[in-house]
Amino acid sequence: MEKRELVCVACPLGCPITVTFDADGNVDTVTGNTCKRGDAYARTEVTNPTRMLTTTVKVVGGSAYVVPVKSANPIPKGMMMECMKVINEASIKAPVNIGDVVIENILGTGVDTVATNYAE
Amino acid sequence: MLNYDLVVVGGGPAGMAAALKAKENGVDSIIVLERAETLGGILEQCIHTGFGLHYFGEELSGPEYAGRFMKLLEDTDIVVKTDTMVLDVADGNVVTAVNKKDGLLKIQAKAVVLAMGCRERPRGALSIAGSRCSGIMTAGTAQKYVNIDGYMPGHEVVILGSGDIGLIMARRMTLEGAKVKMVCELMPYSGGLTRNIVQCLDDFGIPLKLSCTVVATHGKDRLEGVTIAKVDDKLQPIPGTEEYVPCDTLMLSVGLIPENELSKNSGLELDRITNGPKVDEYRETEHAGVFACGNVLQVHDLVDYVTEESQIAGLGAAKYIKGEKVTGECVYTQGINGVRYIVPQRINRETDADVKLYFRVGAVYNNAKIIVECDGKEILSKKKKKLCPGEMEYVTLKQSVIAELPAEAVINVRVEA
Amino acid sequence: MTYDVAIVGAGVVGGLIARELSRFKLSVALLEKCNDVAMGTTKANSAIVHGGFDAMNGTLKAELNVKGTAMMPDVCEKLSVPFKKNGSVVVAFSDSEMEHVKELYQRGINNGVPGLSVIDQAELRRIEPNISDVAVGALLCESAGIVCPYELTIAAVENAVSNGVEFIRNCEVKAITENADGYVLDTTAGDINAKYIINAAGNFSDELAKMVGDDSIELVPRKGEYYVLDKSVGNLAVHTIFQCPNEMGKGILVTPTVDGNLLIGPTALNIEDKEDITTTPEGLKEIVEKALKSVPIVSTRNAITSFAGVRAHPVNDDFIIGWCDKSANFLNVAGVESPGLSSAPAIAIYVRDILSEKLPLTEKEEYSVTREEPVRFRHMNDEERAELIKKNPAYGRIVCRCETITEGEIIDAIKAPAGARDVDGVKRRTRAGMGRCQGGFCGSKVVEILARELDVPMSDITKFGGDSKIIYERTK
Repeated sequence: MEKRELVCVACPLGCPITVTFDADGNVDTVTGNTCKRGDAYARTEVTNPTRMLTTTVKVVGGSAYVVPVKSANPIPKGMMMECMKVINEASIKAPVNIGDVVIENILGTGVDTVATNYAE
Repeated sequence: MLNYDLVVVGGGPAGMAAALKAKENGVDSIIVLERAETLGGILEQCIHTGFGLHYFGEELSGPEYAGRFMKLLEDTDIVVKTDTMVLDVADGNVVTAVNKKDGLLKIQAKAVVLAMGCRERPRGALSIAGSRCSGIMTAGTAQKYVNIDGYMPGHEVVILGSGDIGLIMARRMTLEGAKVKMVCELMPYSGGLTRNIVQCLDDFGIPLKLSCTVVATHGKDRLEGVTIAKVDDKLQPIPGTEEYVPCDTLMLSVGLIPENELSKNSGLELDRITNGPKVDEYRETEHAGVFACGNVLQVHDLVDYVTEESQIAGLGAAKYIKGEKVTGECVYTQGINGVRYIVPQRINRETDADVKLYFRVGAVYNNAKIIVECDGKEILSKKKKKLCPGEMEYVTLKQSVIAELPAEAVINVRVEA
Repeated sequence: MTYDVAIVGAGVVGGLIARELSRFKLSVALLEKCNDVAMGTTKANSAIVHGGFDAMNGTLKAELNVKGTAMMPDVCEKLSVPFKKNGSVVVAFSDSEMEHVKELYQRGINNGVPGLSVIDQAELRRIEPNISDVAVGALLCESAGIVCPYELTIAAVENAVSNGVEFIRNCEVKAITENADGYVLDTTAGDINAKYIINAAGNFSDELAKMVGDDSIELVPRKGEYYVLDKSVGNLAVHTIFQCPNEMGKGILVTPTVDGNLLIGPTALNIEDKEDITTTPEGLKEIVEKALKSVPIVSTRNAITSFAGVRAHPVNDDFIIGWCDKSANFLNVAGVESPGLSSAPAIAIYVRDILSEKLPLTEKEEYSVTREEPVRFRHMNDEERAELIKKNPAYGRIVCRCETITEGEIIDAIKAPAGARDVDGVKRRTRAGMGRCQGGFCGSKVVEILARELDVPMSDITKFGGDSKIIYERTK
């Protein structure tokens, strides 16, 4: 039985969670969490960790040089730096509104990159 | 002389929430004075997510969180002046401000809400010896260069201070292609949220060196490296543990200080632990009609609590303006034995609602109890799995309990490990 | 073109010499190796206008200190530079030190210093409420004062430039050759021809003299470290408080500054590298230990910054001012350590007189000895501020919150003759960045404004010239 210990970051409590795996690498038990979100976080974190990606993208034709963006949903943790490369090549035309899609389905993740602020 | 019922100094999340709440509660004319060119305060440069988990039940970025309130403001008749700096809040609540368009503004207010936020502790206050070359900056300044101006402030980075801003910038700089060599933390524990340790340091393999500090900076024109050293339990560098780390950027994340120049100049005495004004349960300071909320009152870690606190202040200001605010005998609060401070510092005995007491502890505690007592008698206790200095806590005092306390009583809040 | 005079070094000495010479029908070039004036010892000293009792009788230091200090209030008024005659006390902590104090008194009398008296413990405590209980008495000098040394230099150079002096920055002299017409200075800003050279190159004056074959100037770089404390404790000292001097210098003092901060320091340590202006843990510790001796309630909890400067200490212990033995038209103004700042106005006159021995000086019909007072928004009242913003809205935007400095003042600092070209230059002219937050809030705005006014990208702006870049390339 394999075991992994991690700290849940779903909320500020930071419960210490222990996840056990069976021989095939499937999650067997999750203990230490104090809510459902912790359970869900632990399962994802040990099998397919994901992260929200937040950065900026270049604005064309506006007064601001960049506008902040985020991945609309978490993306695979291992793809963060690759996505950064794609975002740094992209740009968006001013004016920009919160929620405007800057890059659709980034690197086939099914996740859009959206603007998180206004840019004139 | 202009006249407004309420003047709000600062248009960040604190100011916006207070203004909106006051409007909601019947205050007629409200003006928000903001020194930056947009509303939103520091949230404008906090492009990471994690804001609004409590308040909106969503995980938003800073600008998105601020954007929600900006939209709400647009739907009211609250007057907003940006690019406007308040210079003075004088006796009788006369506010003086300047901007390019109006020149000098003098506003007679019935009530004032102070919501100026906080600033970062600079290098000079730390006595780090060495060179005063370029490349030494606070994490917030670096954040502005990266996220607002779109410039890289450096390529090889050492961060001093494991507070949230330092951790967030460790990730931000790495994402933009810099090499963040380490985060040094003076204390034996981190000052930031656990989620940030995981998502900003662990994710990128950035080492966190506890009980470690920067003792010298080196470089003629631009920084070339720093000397770090381990510290003992008195936080003093241990001779012989020095290590040279080549880098071109030293980012300081070593503390936030409430921005109370205006408060001090108006004669308000500051609480020595919070560095903010002393307030009652509606966040009214010791000057009648002057309220304070947000980071100017006490440094918060979650903007959701800033909003909550500022709504209390806005409600308090509304009651004050309408002549409905309870005044009279007070009881006082005190943090002892591990609890560093309590906000509010005083509570009106005849207050009209339950009161949340906000506080921070001075060390890390596991499986501890928070005990609230008065005159040796326990009023309430709350079990906490984990308490740490980086995370603000609160306990709720019932209105009925407060009403039964004698005038001038002191409520003590302490940790039982 | 061949200048009549090239002054090498735009510190307070070079600056005031340039101002003095700008009264005459001469073509004068003021050369500075850094990106701004006052970049050497001038920007990192105690800012004291000394009484003049410390220097030995009969020295040039003594003569020019007393003269310079007497001139200082008028020079500052003409240049609109703040000056405060707050007086100084040399404090004795024992009977033997009291004897030394009496010696200094006598030396001062012999030097012609006005306003001197020896005071007892009771009187000392009356005029300096926070002085240590251990102090037994002091030498009081009522003619001493405080000034801002780089503000004085900036004002002097502005005045000189508006009278026609050419200020050439980023101009380091690499070699000097002589021909029939005079000197050719090989500099990093190209060749400069001049008939006369005035060597006011501070810590590098020995090296400059060597370029014309004069190796008589022997300087020892001597570092001094300081702490600057917050304005909230600026009133812990009323006078400039000295301890008894020793062989390394005047010792560590506690003094208010003309802007309302408290300054403690300097240490005194001979060093190898004359450009080493780093502070050290030992030095910073020493400042606190010794300052506490005078004012026990001083605390570095109130420190907002620290810095170090290097003195050009001459081994013969006196100023070296005069024609160079090895090169006829080369005038040395070297070894100007303390009381250099105090002496500077008198040095300018002294040098002018020496120069006039060889070069006829005819006064211009038109020149100005005054510099107009720069806008200081923070000192204005509401009516004045309203008027000012109406005239120019740039004064309606506060950039430095801590010190209340407007965008208009920052623009003025950049546009002024010999104006600011970098962040520290803006800081020294306007005080933006000198407050509690040390530029945390305004720093990036100052970079923006500099970039805009100088029409360069933000990434070209430096902290103090050279390679002191603030930011690098764009993120995208």
